[in-house]
Amino acid sequence: MEAVDGNAIGGLLLEVFGAEMTDAASVCGSCGAACQVAELVVYLRAPGTVVRCRSCDSVLMVFVQIHERICVDLLGLAALG
Amino acid sequence: MAGTALRRRLTWQTAKVRTVIDETASVRTITLDVPDWAGHQAGQHLDIRLTDEDGYVAERSYSIASAPGEAVAITVERLDDGEVSPYLTDELRAGDDLELRGPIGGYFVWEPGDGGPLLLLAGGSGIVPLRAILRHRDRTSSTVPVRLLYSSRTLDDLIYRAEVDQPASGVEVIYTLTRSHPPDWSGYTRRVDAALLGEVAWPAAAMPLAYICGPTSFVEAVSQILVQSGYPAERVKTERFGATGGT
Repeated sequence: MEAVDGNAIGGLLLEVFGAEMTDAASVCGSCGAACQVAELVVYLRAPGTVVRCRSCDSVLMVFVQIHERICVDLLGLAALG
Repeated sequence: MAGTALRRRLTWQTAKVRTVIDETASVRTITLDVPDWAGHQAGQHLDIRLTDEDGYVAERSYSIASAPGEAVAITVERLDDGEVSPYLTDELRAGDDLELRGPIGGYFVWEPGDGGPLLLLAGGSGIVPLRAILRHRDRTSSTVPVRLLYSSRTLDDLIYRAEVDQPASGVEVIYTLTRSHPPDWSGYTRRVDAALLGEVAWPAAAMPLAYICGPTSFVEAVSQILVQSGYPAERVKTERFGATGGT
């Protein structure tokens, strides 16, 4: 499966955070790479939506939607916003 | 995040299809009446959601093809193994309902105040948000110089060809056809590479602003070349479609 980028999850992030996030800054918790969310590597159809660092490939965010509930894991991020 | 808490929360809503227009054999533009539309920026997208009879839901993002102030339109390329696009390109008719949410995106957007010169690089259906940018430039009487490099498999696969062939003043259009071309074709006939970009891209010293949209492999190759040739990474905006579409 080919990766897309953070633009593709703008709607999902709006739903989760209630704000436009594609231009928000993110910092990788593993390597410290900073970039805008739109630039992150996104896999839409892993089990859930998986967001990885473009520099070190670490998993930064995972979103899993079950019916109307979205489970969010942001443990790979050092900072977002 | 300050100041964002008061924003209207984005929710799904039902739009009505106003028109459907065939652009190519596999691409259609769908114009929508959206009752609760906050207005969009050039380069933004919206999400479409289809729900089948047993409750299975499929969502996809589509770039907005129209300029701010115009009716909301999306241009959809049919992917044979797609869950959403075959319905949009084959089944949907004027008057049908369509569930969507948007506008979405604050990164891959252009406003006249962002300046330029602009370098727009489209791979296949990656032309869609760039067309919105071109229309927005025209409608705001912006004089920012633009070069559009549009890579497509064949002449017949070019989307918006009639419109793109009549560029506004200050807009240069360069095509490359990567699979086949007519015998009298005067444009480029190969994939976008460093030599081709060396001929058509603004020099880095002009402080250009680049927008690249298309399949992931196209966007990664082109953005890498631009950054290597001296474009600051923050002046190279990228949007990757995945493996879809042809360049």
